[in-house]
Amino acid sequence: MNQILAVAGKEFFDGLRNRWLISITLIFAVLSIGLTYFGAVASGEVGVTSLSTTIASLASLAVFLIPLIALLLSYDSFVGEQESGTLLLLLTYPLSKTQLLLGKFIGQGGIIALATLLGFGASALILYLQVNDVEVLRLFSTFIASAVLLGLSFTAIAYVISLAVNEKSKAAGIALLIWFFFALVFDLALLALLVGVEQGVSQQGLTQIMMFSPSDIFRLVNLAGLDSSDVNGALAIAIKSSLTQGQLFLVLITWVMLPLIGANFIFMKKTL
Amino acid sequence: MTTSPLITLSKVGKQYPKLTALNLIDMQLNQGEVLGLFGHNGAGKTTMMKLILGVISPSHGEVNVMGVAPDTKAAWHMREQIGYLPENVSFYEHLTGLEVLTYFARLKGFYPKAAKQHAIELLEQVGVAHAMKKPVKTFSKGMRQRLGLAQAFIGKPKLLLLDEPTVGLDPIATADFYQTVDQLKSQGTSVILCSHVLPGVEQHIDRAMILSSGNMLAIGTLAELRQQANLPIKITPHGLNGTLRHDAHLLKYLSNDESDSILKVPEQDKVAMLRYLLTFESICDIDIDKANLEQVYQYYLQQNKNVGNDKKLSAGA
Repeated sequence: MNQILAVAGKEFFDGLRNRWLISITLIFAVLSIGLTYFGAVASGEVGVTSLSTTIASLASLAVFLIPLIALLLSYDSFVGEQESGTLLLLLTYPLSKTQLLLGKFIGQGGIIALATLLGFGASALILYLQVNDVEVLRLFSTFIASAVLLGLSFTAIAYVISLAVNEKSKAAGIALLIWFFFALVFDLALLALLVGVEQGVSQQGLTQIMMFSPSDIFRLVNLAGLDSSDVNGALAIAIKSSLTQGQLFLVLITWVMLPLIGANFIFMKKTL
Repeated sequence: MTTSPLITLSKVGKQYPKLTALNLIDMQLNQGEVLGLFGHNGAGKTTMMKLILGVISPSHGEVNVMGVAPDTKAAWHMREQIGYLPENVSFYEHLTGLEVLTYFARLKGFYPKAAKQHAIELLEQVGVAHAMKKPVKTFSKGMRQRLGLAQAFIGKPKLLLLDEPTVGLDPIATADFYQTVDQLKSQGTSVILCSHVLPGVEQHIDRAMILSSGNMLAIGTLAELRQQANLPIKITPHGLNGTLRHDAHLLKYLSNDESDSILKVPEQDKVAMLRYLLTFESICDIDIDKANLEQVYQYYLQQNKNVGNDKKLSAGA
């Protein structure tokens, strides 16, 4: 346990030292406060707009940003240490591969989680003070919790990449492709499937396919509770399906655990 | 205290899909013994260290370190007693020397406060205490190497595996390093020193092992190796001038390839030769040069090459 904490502590302070925490927090805070106040500029208003609009726009932005940031933060976590030789050295210490993986996950996951909490939490607080509605806190806590899980999921995916390759540049390339896939390609393909293939997928089937993308689960979690007028596209159909928010959270947690277990498996097989 | 060897390798081999990294290695290392492991790049030195460390598993044979196979879970506690300096390691550049060492001490099982204390002691021992608050990226090559050594010394290990420990060290630091090795040895630490042959290493090792492309060419004390190799001793008499060429007895020993005043004398003829040389009135000095480690090493490599060529020839014919 001492060892896991040592690794976690180092990774966390690395995140503080190279300004990851502060920059991610700032990005999230600026975005969410900006969206909260100026989200309705296009329709001619400035000021606090409707809560569901705010959450909907935050969710569609976070779904691009959070995976990108998590992948950027963690893609070189192992392959970088492999290149500098410290990974080999660490493995000669009384420290199991699982402990090393968990330690890194706790440390870097902590950075993502804290930045999400502080960044989006700030705007939630401001909004709450303005409108004085408990609904704000409820929606935002769901949003922040799912955003943290989304970040952790992509951190774990980044570890899979980082352990599967032997070069840092390759890891960066693959991380970018993974991001592109989940941020754009997956949804476009889904849309194509919906539009192009008549009677191809049922509503149920569509929701099931969406479970294959942590980004889509994140969207579903946050948009399910909103007025459907703010939601459109493939999502609107999926939302009408029967999964509860609790179930969606469970699937999202699975999306954190599975890549982590996968990364551990690859690590065990890896020879240096 | 046990009398059984600290490390035993029996018929150990390591095969990679396209290459045999190690082949039939038999070796023992006792407590307090310093073994020099010599060979060119790719000779299998690092592979052997990795096998002993348990980072990789052998394809054949058995590795036993402190009574356990190092690649199993049972080897857990053994790892606290092993120090390793990898060949090319660059520590976390943005951390300070003290932070790097404290981190590694914690991973060796020290609690935070004790880890920092221990790290400071070690940094003082290797002589980088003055720079311990500076980030590693500002360290010179020698300072990095010292930091690496300090890392290997964490927790007073019973076994030290050092891969090219003196690379980048200036002569004084090298001398300091060897002094530390001698000191550790007297405290009962076993050391495996992996190196290209370097001048100055021979006084500090008990035994040497010579590897070439995965095969063990020789192992033994330097005296044993020298004897096996049967390399002549070089004797350079001064003050004889031309007499050497005219004396029939001396002419036999005169080396033709080198400068014309060096006699190559087999070990067993040494004393007789010295007596004979002393009979000359004009002699004013005699230099005696035993074959050094480098020559012994060259001899075994050459030997190996010849055997290899013979095999190729016979295969071709």
